[in-house]
Amino acid sequence: MSDNNNKLNGSPQTNGAAVSNGTPKIGFYVCHCGHNIASQVDVEDVQKFASELPGVAVSRDYKYMCSDPGQELIQKDIKELGLNRIVVASCSPLLHEHTFRTAAEKAGLNPYYFHMVNIRENVSWVHDNKESATKKAKDLTRAAIQRVFFHKALEKKTVPINPDVLIVGGGIAGITAALTIANAGKHVYLVEREPTIGGHMAMFDKTFPTLDCAACILTPKMSAVKSHPHITMWTYSEVEKVDGFVGNYRVQVKRKPRYVNEELCVGCMECIDACIYKEAKYPDEFNQKLSKRKPIYIPFPQATPQVVLFDPETCIDFKSHRCKKTCIEVCDREAIDLKQVPEYKEINVGTVILTTGFKTYDAELSPQYGYGRYPNVYTSLEIERLVNASGPTAGEIINKDGIKPKSVGIIHCVGSRDQKAHKWCSKVCCMYSLKLAHLIKEHTGAQVYNFYIDMRTPGKGYEEFYDKLMTEGVHFVRGRVSEVTDWALVPEEENKLTIRVEDTLIGVVRRVPVDMVVLAVGLEPRVDADDIRRMFNISCSNEGWFLERHPKLAPVSTFTDGIFIAGGCQGPKDIPDSVAQAGAAAAEVLSLISAGSIELEPNTASIMEDHCSGCKSCIPLCPYSAISYIEDSKKAYINEALCKGCGTCVAACPSGSITQNMFDDEQIFSEIDGLLKFAGIELEETEGEHA
Amino acid sequence: MPDSEIKNNYEPKIVAFFCNWCTYTAADLAGVSRLKYAPNVRVIRIMCSGRVDPQFILQAFASGADGVLIGGCHPGDCHYSEGNYKMLRRFRLLKRMLKSLGIAEKRLRLEWISASEGEKVKSVINEMVEQLKVLGPLAIPQSLDKINEELKEIPEEEIREEEPAHA
Repeated sequence: MSDNNNKLNGSPQTNGAAVSNGTPKIGFYVCHCGHNIASQVDVEDVQKFASELPGVAVSRDYKYMCSDPGQELIQKDIKELGLNRIVVASCSPLLHEHTFRTAAEKAGLNPYYFHMVNIRENVSWVHDNKESATKKAKDLTRAAIQRVFFHKALEKKTVPINPDVLIVGGGIAGITAALTIANAGKHVYLVEREPTIGGHMAMFDKTFPTLDCAACILTPKMSAVKSHPHITMWTYSEVEKVDGFVGNYRVQVKRKPRYVNEELCVGCMECIDACIYKEAKYPDEFNQKLSKRKPIYIPFPQATPQVVLFDPETCIDFKSHRCKKTCIEVCDREAIDLKQVPEYKEINVGTVILTTGFKTYDAELSPQYGYGRYPNVYTSLEIERLVNASGPTAGEIINKDGIKPKSVGIIHCVGSRDQKAHKWCSKVCCMYSLKLAHLIKEHTGAQVYNFYIDMRTPGKGYEEFYDKLMTEGVHFVRGRVSEVTDWALVPEEENKLTIRVEDTLIGVVRRVPVDMVVLAVGLEPRVDADDIRRMFNISCSNEGWFLERHPKLAPVSTFTDGIFIAGGCQGPKDIPDSVAQAGAAAAEVLSLISAGSIELEPNTASIMEDHCSGCKSCIPLCPYSAISYIEDSKKAYINEALCKGCGTCVAACPSGSITQNMFDDEQIFSEIDGLLKFAGIELEETEGEHA
Repeated sequence: MPDSEIKNNYEPKIVAFFCNWCTYTAADLAGVSRLKYAPNVRVIRIMCSGRVDPQFILQAFASGADGVLIGGCHPGDCHYSEGNYKMLRRFRLLKRMLKSLGIAEKRLRLEWISASEGEKVKSVINEMVEQLKVLGPLAIPQSLDKINEELKEIPEEEIREEEPAHA
């Protein structure tokens, strides 16, 4: 109890014997940040207030502290006035802590004698009463000044970076990142959940606005991944477990059984022909279930790897064990192994790039458009397969009844910009709708109508593509479609789907009968995106997209060091953007690998052996098993290499025998005390009591 | 201070402990988004809500805070796997203790606020300030002063040998 009393009553005072790190000579600097801070906080008042606080040797205000002259101001004062503590009141430490620490370090001061006060994000930007904002800024300042008394010189922790890289997701983003890194001579593990790499792009027929054939530009890259000496490609595999930290992640990958030996299979597909099912009868996932496949299949002709796989749900032998196994008989390479079991691979990597992609909106959730109810209502992804020469109809655009449509309506923003579905713009739908309009017109000569809310075509060559479509005779109707119905009001609507829409440009409600409806479905996070991000310990936005460290300045980094994101998992984006992000993520990874090591914050915890009673309370609390019990000394011991510095054990130690660098008890108590001094409480002088 | 004056001019003081990865980042987001909230809160940044020692909370109350707010990552989202669960356990125990000390339940609040929930930072702080305004000042330091004054008036011999609570 006496210990508690000490903590409760003997709050650290800013004078006296409590200070063990030399007599503090504090330099305080408050930033105007142009008008960002100065408009809501009386900066001069804060500067004057700080100058009168104990320990403060110099207090200054400056227009932009983070600018070179601002930093030089600090450095000059450190050298000339012999400052040994620096406090800067400016923006968030998440933004500029590093800047000022480096500045202090360059002037010969240990960077951990620096502390930052956030009076922009936490004060000036969120309050609109200058008086109370200034008061708050002063309180925060006082807390920081009291805190730095207890700062210690610390050494940064350096950890080596394992040069191997894990990339999760083998779409165009994952492929690009893998090739970039592998071409630099670093080893890449590319893990893909599906039986083939290629992702969504492999399903597309053409790409906007250049109308390049998607397969023609993608498949060479897929083959390059497969044959690259520095890439280990694991398809039909999933990451199961991730441990460790930047530079040293341990990852477990589950390789799902294909029931075909990947090393032996050459992709001759004779087994598929030999299957006792003479007709394919199960929905083909790759073709959006518009065609059928057999229980043994290959997703598409250019699948990489060119290896067949079994679907145990539909294969007779898995269900009854009574199949004649004609597939095995025909395979002269003896590649088929129906007893295959999942294989678990353990790998060590230094960095990870997540390129897990997106999914398209489920159009059945917007029932007004009739998807799932009317057979001739398709999603855009289904049309991509229909247009594709290797698709279910060999490139012929025909309705499910086999009739070529004479008129087609493309409905934009299905699931996007919709308060009932997703609020966001999916960014790619306008452009792919234009592309599909062009392709449908080219293939069928049909009348094509685009029903749009706004046409969004920012991008190189995009607006020009839109212009081109208008000259091609594609109709554009501005208005959100209210419903698609087969209820005919006039003879022309008989046996057709009628699109009801308010044409907002001419101000009338129109009924447009068509033979085929295409829903431009939006993009949304994958169903299990949440599980993936938790496994890799990263955050997501409210919508479920993976969260970048900074939307502008660190768009592919995450809050977890060594984990990067690229492509559709971070938010809707088209192929050029995904490829660009993948390149950026690869560059981030290569820069870490090239540096060879990374400096980590030295905020680790340690045991004060003299005080530890060996009660073992802390041991089960540590999520990293960094704490062990030393039998000989009957004390706990923290392995600093494993400690990540959360401080949970520090808070839990009943005898207060664990300290944490940068977040020590006395530092936080002094901060609390400093914050609340404005309550008008002047605690008694308890000089020496704390020591 | 007369009661009426307290009611009119009373601005509660909240000490907040925000974890670096979720809630502190959310508070930054609230700033960048220029969301306006009550200026009664003073934030202390810690790496994880698991670092919050119950003594920090008691110290804050003892030094004059009217409320203490702890912000951590959502369950399952903790940057350090499970620090927020450890905080939750301590929070529940401490709440019981505060109750027996006569400190109203609403003075201590634990919220899961993820890095993207700037809006929640605003609404939680505003709501808590409103609730504390209804409760009025906690004023533990003043009460302790008063107790100490009263103790002085009691003849020495009547005071037990132990030291009073507030030395």
